Amino acid sequence: MNVDVKSVQRAVVGHGIAHDSAAKQIAGEASYIDDIAELPGTLHAALVISPVAHGKLKGIDPSKALAMPGVAAFVAAGDIPGHNDVGPILPNEPLFAETVVEYVGHPVGAVAATTYEQAVKAARAVALDIEELEPVLDVEAAHAAGSYVMPPQILIEGDVDAALASAERIIEGRLDIGGQDHFYLETHIGYAIPGEDGDMIVHSSTQHPTEVQHHVAHVLGGLANSVDVFTRRMGGGFGGKESQATIIAASAALLARKTGKPVKLRLKRSADMTATGKRHDMVATWKAGVDANGRIRGLEIEYLARAGNTPDLTGPVITRTLTHSDNSYFIPAARFTGHACKTNTVSNTAFRGFGGPQGIIGIEAVIDQIARELRLDSNAVRAVNYYGPETGEVTPYGQAVETHQNRLIEVTDALLASSEWERRRAEIDAHNATDPLLRRGLAMMPVKFGISFNLTSLNQAGALVHVYQDGSVHLNHGGTEMGQGLFMKVAQVVAEVFQIDIDQVKITATTTGKVPNTSATAASTGSDLNGMAAYNAATAIRGRMAKVAADHFDVPAEEIVFREGRVHADNRSVSFGELAKMTWAARVQLSEAGYYATPKIHWDPKTLKGRPFFYYTYGAAVAEVAIDTLTGESRCLRADLLQDCGASLNPAIDLGQIEGAFVQGMGWLTCEELWWDDKGRLRTVGPSTYKIPGSRDVPREFNVALLENAPNGEETVFRSKAVGEPPLMLAVAVWLAIRDAVASCGAPGLSPQLKAPATPENILDAVDDIRARSGKLQ
Amino acid sequence: MTDQPRTSDSIRFVLNGKPVALAVRPDTTALDVIRNHAGLTGTKEGCAEGDCGACTVLLRRGEGPRQAANACIMTAAQLDGTELTTVEGLKQDGVLTPVQDAMASNGSSQCGFCTPGIVMALTGLLEKAADPEEEAIHDALAGNLCRCTGYRPIVEAAKTAAKAGVAAPSAAGLPEKQTEVSCGGSVLHQPETLDQLTALRAAYPDAVLLAGGTDLGVARADYHSDWDRIISTAQVGELRAIGETADAWTFGAAVTWEEILQAVRADYPSLATLIRRFGSTQIRAMGTVGGNIGTASPIGDGPPALIALGATITLASKAGGARTLPLEDFFLDYRKTELKPDEVIVSVTVPRPKAGEEFRVYKLSKRYDQDISTVCGAFWLATEGGKVTACRLAYGGMAAIPKRAKAMENKLLDRPLDRGSVSEAIEALSEDFSPLSDWRGSAAYRKKTAAALLHRLARDLAGEIVEVMAL
Repeated sequence: MNVDVKSVQRAVVGHGIAHDSAAKQIAGEASYIDDIAELPGTLHAALVISPVAHGKLKGIDPSKALAMPGVAAFVAAGDIPGHNDVGPILPNEPLFAETVVEYVGHPVGAVAATTYEQAVKAARAVALDIEELEPVLDVEAAHAAGSYVMPPQILIEGDVDAALASAERIIEGRLDIGGQDHFYLETHIGYAIPGEDGDMIVHSSTQHPTEVQHHVAHVLGGLANSVDVFTRRMGGGFGGKESQATIIAASAALLARKTGKPVKLRLKRSADMTATGKRHDMVATWKAGVDANGRIRGLEIEYLARAGNTPDLTGPVITRTLTHSDNSYFIPAARFTGHACKTNTVSNTAFRGFGGPQGIIGIEAVIDQIARELRLDSNAVRAVNYYGPETGEVTPYGQAVETHQNRLIEVTDALLASSEWERRRAEIDAHNATDPLLRRGLAMMPVKFGISFNLTSLNQAGALVHVYQDGSVHLNHGGTEMGQGLFMKVAQVVAEVFQIDIDQVKITATTTGKVPNTSATAASTGSDLNGMAAYNAATAIRGRMAKVAADHFDVPAEEIVFREGRVHADNRSVSFGELAKMTWAARVQLSEAGYYATPKIHWDPKTLKGRPFFYYTYGAAVAEVAIDTLTGESRCLRADLLQDCGASLNPAIDLGQIEGAFVQGMGWLTCEELWWDDKGRLRTVGPSTYKIPGSRDVPREFNVALLENAPNGEETVFRSKAVGEPPLMLAVAVWLAIRDAVASCGAPGLSPQLKAPATPENILDAVDDIRARSGKLQ
Repeated sequence: MTDQPRTSDSIRFVLNGKPVALAVRPDTTALDVIRNHAGLTGTKEGCAEGDCGACTVLLRRGEGPRQAANACIMTAAQLDGTELTTVEGLKQDGVLTPVQDAMASNGSSQCGFCTPGIVMALTGLLEKAADPEEEAIHDALAGNLCRCTGYRPIVEAAKTAAKAGVAAPSAAGLPEKQTEVSCGGSVLHQPETLDQLTALRAAYPDAVLLAGGTDLGVARADYHSDWDRIISTAQVGELRAIGETADAWTFGAAVTWEEILQAVRADYPSLATLIRRFGSTQIRAMGTVGGNIGTASPIGDGPPALIALGATITLASKAGGARTLPLEDFFLDYRKTELKPDEVIVSVTVPRPKAGEEFRVYKLSKRYDQDISTVCGAFWLATEGGKVTACRLAYGGMAAIPKRAKAMENKLLDRPLDRGSVSEAIEALSEDFSPLSDWRGSAAYRKKTAAALLHRLARDLAGEIVEVMAL
């Protein structure tokens, strides 16, 4: 790829063009799956789910449901013509429970009826005969009982035991890290339309149409080529629709097969939150060996991750936790262990950051504890541990943090200056010294995040580009649009290649029939992968068109220039549309299937070593909070963020991703709390009980910037960088700032015990705890 | 008004400027009416519990401006005789409104699923307030969740649209309310006088007595119950009245919290702050004081505040006529009240403040806006010569009912409110309360913070800033 490494002014790429659907969305005209005009005879479906956390499923009696007016069909495991398995990686993850139910919300079947209301009522009327068994409800109980969904993953570098034995100080600690519900505004939905020859069209709100295609075919007992999956847009995904959408799509398809009618399955919010997976909650424990300057010599961390009842994506989630437990810090001797604990709770899944956030808050808690117990400045402790921009150390998993690409110091120094760290630190310390009721806290933290799927084979993408004879362009690729602006970014890439107006590029729904064998739109890789595949497709077409133009103008092809919607040779030109028509007339192909595979990466999943990431993104945050020491209430008063997006494809969209991810991360670490009762029932299954941030929770002062003049050192599409996940972890700064405010309530040298999320109750507990420990010290 | 009953099998209302008559069961949710019966899909279902705002529509009932409301927990019963506007009805002559323009160009929508609801909420705000303060924008958005943007571009769009100017369209003529609508085995009664209401209540003690529907509507939206007979309080003149004397406010049971907020703002700023955190703009537009009391939730925010203020409640039945009792005596046990099967709540009377009195109410929740209280503490004190001469301390979230803390009150009487008296009152807390643990907070947290709120009160009355949200 031949692009300038320096930032350049481009015609389309790099401009803050609004989201392609914004004008439709504000008018209520953007069509989501539940808005598609229903075909005659369409039935509505609802899942039948287990009301108990663990039990033997001895019988299912749908007779009462089937007798209700308008109820058309009931399906359970026995009705599956193909395979009762929707495991995204490992096999044996049944669509419907067969003999055992393993969590409250476990699907055992589905009902179809003529109306949605009737389907929901009928699903409740299906009688389940379940003999209850003792459930395992938390990770520590599972770990103690040796209950796992897969073997542990252990990442080892150096001799950690020797490093710990010879360290000047040992720092030990523990952190309870909460999970998080995705709370995409559009709940899971699938609409299956049966066709001839056993074919099935499925409209699915999924980040992974290919996986839906495969699993629907698998469940129906057919071939992949009999299923076409369409995804125009999702009302949010955040990882929750990466693997989980298959359950909904396959259930709808099964009912469509049984009834011969189109079937739409939409989960009610409470069913969505009960039956589908979330971010893994984890318990982290550590032992760090440090020197007097707080430099880490050896570090051992063990994570107990709540996998839930099946593996789903827990394996790679834990891998990312382990490969981000260094965050930005060089750890010469490490042993990072992740246990995939099997519990009788819903199987957890992908969520923006995909295990990375748990790794990063883990190491940030370690760093903060080191600084407090050694009475050092926490930013100084961070700085002595940074991967050196001149030294090029290697991560515990074997990937070098290459010096010329390392932006840690650049980003953190710039942010500390722009956020007026020194002045505010002094002011806050002075304020807290007066023992106020409302205490302040301040914290800075960096985020280094690895970009690429850990599993190398997923790092590939396809795109399909057609140029029509009027010069208009049809664009399709394997990426899905969930609000993140991917479709616009990829369209900008294509418009840039052809040098045409963005309005000339038609964005189309993702579908398995046009671009096959795609990877999930996940791991922040959407624009890196699909943008490059589209770039390759468009570039190939442009090359062929240039030859036609060269023949027409009788100049060498190298002298043909595409600019401002026209194609130029010296002072002569034709419009892009005219050249398209000429290219057709010359019998030259105006269509191309582009393909891209990320270079340079490799990974050994057994040893957890390799170069899993094509590159790193760098970001940093400074957050200031106030806490109420009487009630534990908190508020983020100011946040300053700086994020490296490379040469941004679309700064407006990237800004939206950064702000939105940060606020979502704040929710994870402050107000969002999943609460299970002693029967394993999740009791926070709607927004009345599960509180995501509202508009007033956004930092009162919110300064967000993209790192300027920072093209990617690797050859990504127009030297951009991924943005979807990394800024979520910048919200760890808010949690650290709350810790800082809590620490001010205690004696110097003490580290707060603050659980995540920092709810008012958890903050108050931490305040009371550190005050009690300070009292004991006196 | 004619004496002839106006009855039919159809709900009649104005939808996006056009009169419609839809033959639907009156207990059909308004969202299902809009999406399934009217075929308008711009309005979304995000939660079906009136919390996320994706279903926000504008509703005009009688005089006054259009108000943002949640279609998901509203029923067709509440649409009869109103003007309903959905996102599809915003455009004027095919031209987008300033709110839509600003939302489209400010990066205010990502996945777009919350967007129509947010457009409606901001339209509702700007039609009433031409140049709102930032806090008013947050108030207007408290009932709308966005999971993508982080809200900044939405708040900015509101400011941009305000600058451009938002004009409220002229009101359509409203169809006359019907006294009875019957369709598909569900009957709606809309009485207009208290006598009619009590007669219907006596005849149908099992009917759903529907006020704002912000609580009952949640179960309906989840299809947990069918309402075969509904008696609406919304048209009853006596229940819609607000009475004001030098000594007291009297709020009819069907007066909405938005109306109460406007009324008490000057008298009780602390109560106004609580009401602003009470549900959301959408919920306050529909939710009534009678409904809030009648549903008798142990975590409702209205009762502790009203009990502390010394409110009384008036009930009436056809057989027994009217009776008035202190509100604190109305609540008997978990979801059990003084209300007899044939009785209705008529009104609540709230004394106005006098010299030497102080009132504060504090709400603790995981999120500041649109959350249910973990603990709500309401405190009314009368002082003379630096000593507390009378007081009422009432808590929500601490017991099966909203309840006064009489043991604590006794420790405060006849002494100055200071560290000593507050500490003694706190010692008495466990005589008054033994709260439960749940997802909103543990029993220990509830006890600790119920005590802490008394410390907060003392500091607040001493002039300190006591809440992080005041920073």
